Amino acid sequence: MTVTVNGEATELADNTTIEQVLARHLGPGRAVSGVAVALNGEVVARTEWGGRRLRAHDRVEVLAARGGG
Amino acid sequence: MDDPFIIAGVTFSSRLIMGTGGAPSLDALERAVVASGAELATVALRRVSPAARGSVLDVLERTGCRLLPNTAGCFTARDAVTTAQLAREAFGTDWIKLEVIADERTLLPEAVELLDAAETLVDDGFAVLAYTNDDPVLALRLEAAGCAAVMPLGSPIGSGMGILNPFNLALIVDSLSVPVILDAGVGTASDAAIAMELGCDAVLAASAVTRARESATMAEAVRKAVEAGRLARRAGRIPRRLYAEPSTTFEDLPDLKPVPHPD
Repeated sequence: MTVTVNGEATELADNTTIEQVLARHLGPGRAVSGVAVALNGEVVARTEWGGRRLRAHDRVEVLAARGGG
Repeated sequence: MDDPFIIAGVTFSSRLIMGTGGAPSLDALERAVVASGAELATVALRRVSPAARGSVLDVLERTGCRLLPNTAGCFTARDAVTTAQLAREAFGTDWIKLEVIADERTLLPEAVELLDAAETLVDDGFAVLAYTNDDPVLALRLEAAGCAAVMPLGSPIGSGMGILNPFNLALIVDSLSVPVILDAGVGTASDAAIAMELGCDAVLAASAVTRARESATMAEAVRKAVEAGRLARRAGRIPRRLYAEPSTTFEDLPDLKPVPHPD
């Protein structure tokens, strides 16, 4: 299925969880502290990352701190 | 600490808050934050770049700064509220510097969306520090909405134009009970001193420091200006007068007229 991750179309296996998307997007061993996830414009709590399965055409935003503001 | 600065029950000894945008590198930012003496610094939330090395969070942790996430780049109340909730999820803090801007050219606050977002976030348990226009009426509305601090601009973000309307700033300081923090417009140290002399509780500086030729030196200058301005405010300035007021009276002035001696 195709899911948009940080604005880029990404091919993922069906039933991929948010936790799996993070591992793939951040690279192995990268800490997930200081990271937030939005799914289709809504906040997904950290506690839901493991259980939340994506569907085709979902929009995932993986966010972190950046200098600014 | 004889002059503590308190936001939402948290006490700071420094009255300078650092913005973290515009620095050429994380190293330069770290040197500037250290030189600024800031204990609170604001960061934006953006898409993770997998290739990025180091993080502004590491800089703030090393410098012992408390984190103040912001909603920079949001144009609507809805986006700002979602961004604040994402920041709470990412950083585990319910403090938020709320920014809702109207357009990219001026970056001026969108008053209606700002107030809407402030009310929603206060209801959701956030300590809201609201970036706002230098409008005394809107500042009062933000206080009434439950904001923990109100952050009027001196002039547009990054403009370095200083405080364009000191009278409005004085009105805001006079009418609010929550802390008033000058946000945006500081171009150099004297602007920060003027803000503090006008009665602001603190100053936020970003571009003035991070884009200065020598950012750490400017950070030190702004820190000292904030301290000097605060002291001057507490000391009480003399009133402005149209005419001179001699500091020594004319009493007991010697007679030095070159009159010829009568003999």
